[in-house]
Amino acid sequence: MNFENWTCPLPLQDYPSIVIGHGGGGKLSAELVEHLFLPAFRNSVLENLGDSSVMPALAGRLAFSTDSFVVKPLFFPGGCIGDLAVNGTVNDLAMSGARPLYLSAGFIVEEGFPMSSLAQIVQRMAVAAEKAGVQIVTGDTKVVERGHGDGCYINTAGIGVLADGLRIGPRQAQPGDVVIVSGSIGDHGMAIMSVREGLEFETTIESDCAALNHMVDEMLETSTDIHVLRDPTRGGVASSLNEIAGQSKVGIAIDETKIPVKPEVASACELLGMDPIYVANEGKLLAIVAPHAAEAILARIQANPLGANARIIGTVTANHPGMLVAKTGIGGTRVIAMQIGEQLPRIC
Amino acid sequence: MKYMNEFRDGAVAQRMAGEIRRIVTRPWAIMEVCGGQTHSIIRNGIDQLLPQEIELIHGPGCPVCVTPLELIDKALAIASMPNVIFCSFGDMLRVPGSDRDLFRVKSEGGDVRIVYSPLDAVALARSNPDKEVVFFGIGFETTAPPNAMAVSLAKKQGLKNFSMLVSHVLVPPAIEAIMSSPLNRVQAFLAAGHVCSVMGYWQYPPLVDRFHVPIVVTGFEPLDVLEGIRRTVMLLEAGEAKVDNAYARVVSFEGNKPAQKMLSEVFETTDRKWRGIGSIPSSGWRLSEAYRDFDAELKFNVSGIVTHESALCHAGEVLQGALKPNQCPAFGKECTPRNPLGATMVSSEGACAAYYNYGRFVTLDAQQAVPVS
Amino acid sequence: MCLAIPGRVSEIFENHGALMGKVDFGGITKTVCLEYVPDIAVGDYTIVHVGFALNKIDEESAKISLKLFQELGVIEEELGPDAISEDGAPHEVHE
Repeated sequence: MNFENWTCPLPLQDYPSIVIGHGGGGKLSAELVEHLFLPAFRNSVLENLGDSSVMPALAGRLAFSTDSFVVKPLFFPGGCIGDLAVNGTVNDLAMSGARPLYLSAGFIVEEGFPMSSLAQIVQRMAVAAEKAGVQIVTGDTKVVERGHGDGCYINTAGIGVLADGLRIGPRQAQPGDVVIVSGSIGDHGMAIMSVREGLEFETTIESDCAALNHMVDEMLETSTDIHVLRDPTRGGVASSLNEIAGQSKVGIAIDETKIPVKPEVASACELLGMDPIYVANEGKLLAIVAPHAAEAILARIQANPLGANARIIGTVTANHPGMLVAKTGIGGTRVIAMQIGEQLPRIC
Repeated sequence: MKYMNEFRDGAVAQRMAGEIRRIVTRPWAIMEVCGGQTHSIIRNGIDQLLPQEIELIHGPGCPVCVTPLELIDKALAIASMPNVIFCSFGDMLRVPGSDRDLFRVKSEGGDVRIVYSPLDAVALARSNPDKEVVFFGIGFETTAPPNAMAVSLAKKQGLKNFSMLVSHVLVPPAIEAIMSSPLNRVQAFLAAGHVCSVMGYWQYPPLVDRFHVPIVVTGFEPLDVLEGIRRTVMLLEAGEAKVDNAYARVVSFEGNKPAQKMLSEVFETTDRKWRGIGSIPSSGWRLSEAYRDFDAELKFNVSGIVTHESALCHAGEVLQGALKPNQCPAFGKECTPRNPLGATMVSSEGACAAYYNYGRFVTLDAQQAVPVS
Repeated sequence: MCLAIPGRVSEIFENHGALMGKVDFGGITKTVCLEYVPDIAVGDYTIVHVGFALNKIDEESAKISLKLFQELGVIEEELGPDAISEDGAPHEVHE
């Protein structure tokens, strides 16, 4: 652990693991805040340490989102639960076109969890928050008994502000709209799969975990004719497009050959009998945009390092409302249905 | 990936389908036995490229679909026991037993784990000496050699805490049962390419002679499936009942000798109940005498299981090709992918699930919505 | 029953008394049991099912198959998009 930038790490060094007292609200809790969270998240709002945090007035409609993070393993190739916790909520806000500003962070930590692991997670959150340009202004820590809590769970909630006139949401897709994906799919889910017990590979697939808000800002600068934005997390592109089709009461038709998939992700999926279109992503977005703006928006996404592999993958149609349909590599058609539960590896 | 992507070439697939269109002159009903082939057909939309004359009947080639209810219930009972680590391929986790599935057992506290290979289960037994590790050994002849090796290695390593719940099923008796059924409509078979990579195809000439049906060993990639269909149609059109091998890069007549040797050591033939079809004599494998210590059915006393199959479920007739899914009265009503009554709706390559998804699309697509101006 | 995918053997060794190997599947490496393909060599291709190599891939046979597939239907294509087959149905030629 690098304590160089910290005010006084001494009390924490006495505790190599989290104990129940760290969640008790007393001296140990205070030490955790003062010596772990504050130095990491470092902002004037948080440093007030009020029961609630008070921010300056915001001009515009507010966007508000929350998400809880329970990923296992906590540390995976390309990131950890901390990265997900910040980027996940930042992205949820960005998907309504909002500018993310403030996050809360609630931790549920298991008794016995190594302090160094918690510190690493918190450090990663600080880095992610800085990259995204958000501040973590309030938080909470509870400790649960050994055997509960899987090490560490995190909840983040976030506030963002929406520019006037923006109307981006899952009910806004219209027939004729163009569907864009910002890059290769399946990276995150297969990164997790690749380190899961019983399914390990010896090749590293990295999660694509990233904050997408700056890219969304750039897209909105190019055109405000963006109807839907969605980050295809659990359930992948398939679930997101199905949901949007259902909510907008439209059909969506995509061409599978246009969807970018990294070779190692494709191979990993083949090995386990999984379909990348159902696999989670943590640093990609789907944009459904008016046809006249599609090329310009695509070019702007591609100009951003996170969107270099963006592609147009399909269109919205008035036919087969509520259904996602794909043209396959051999020119056939398949219905990509909503999955029931989690996609599982198969042998058959 | 080499030896995969080349066999997915879209332009070539279109031309091959065109060739099939060119040679077909009347309707034919062809059954693909293997669930993997069904998956490929649905996944790639292969049946849409075929001329209307070709009807593909999805056969009982999915271990998920045919594992008998009694065995699923035994698996659930064992998995619920304390101190047991129950390992399974992912496919089996959602298969409904009489009143629940392995997922439910997991949520109720059972230690249920998905593994990629039976060797992973053996490794778990090694690293958890104080637990009983049970592996759900299902599958056709393709999966039997891996399962056999796992048991063999467990024996060699002297593991006392490893056992297998075996439910292997065999393809040739299934073909025989289907052809012997009075409800049968199948006129030719696409034999399962990977089953044949293990067993060879020496078992098929007697079936061909007896039932006068062409049997073509077929692979799984779109071009392989199309080639299998093309050769089958050629034989049907010529009125020839023969065995042909359209997957020669992996399948030979004799098959894999080392694998067959291990199979004869570890397994012995037994009668097996096929869910939805009933008992087919000598259609399965169980652990042989020398390996009885590793038989989970004997190790864990799971008697007194009362099975309850839904009376509304017609999966059996669907599996035999006698009923189309949408002809089942429960289809889309009491039985949907979300609430499956039988295995053919649970498995995404079960015929019922496939029909449910694609059939709805065809209906909706035909109802033209108001065009955008 | 049949998800087996092709991979290239990159290493062969023994582990716990069994012949094992590292197989490369288009960028992903996995340890695979090679007991059923005792004659396999590094550089050979094999199909792998649940962590076991089941058979060596006959590369010559693969080449022949692909060539045959490529040639199927090409004659009709050469006749042009208006080619009509014997039963009167027009051909669809897809580029």
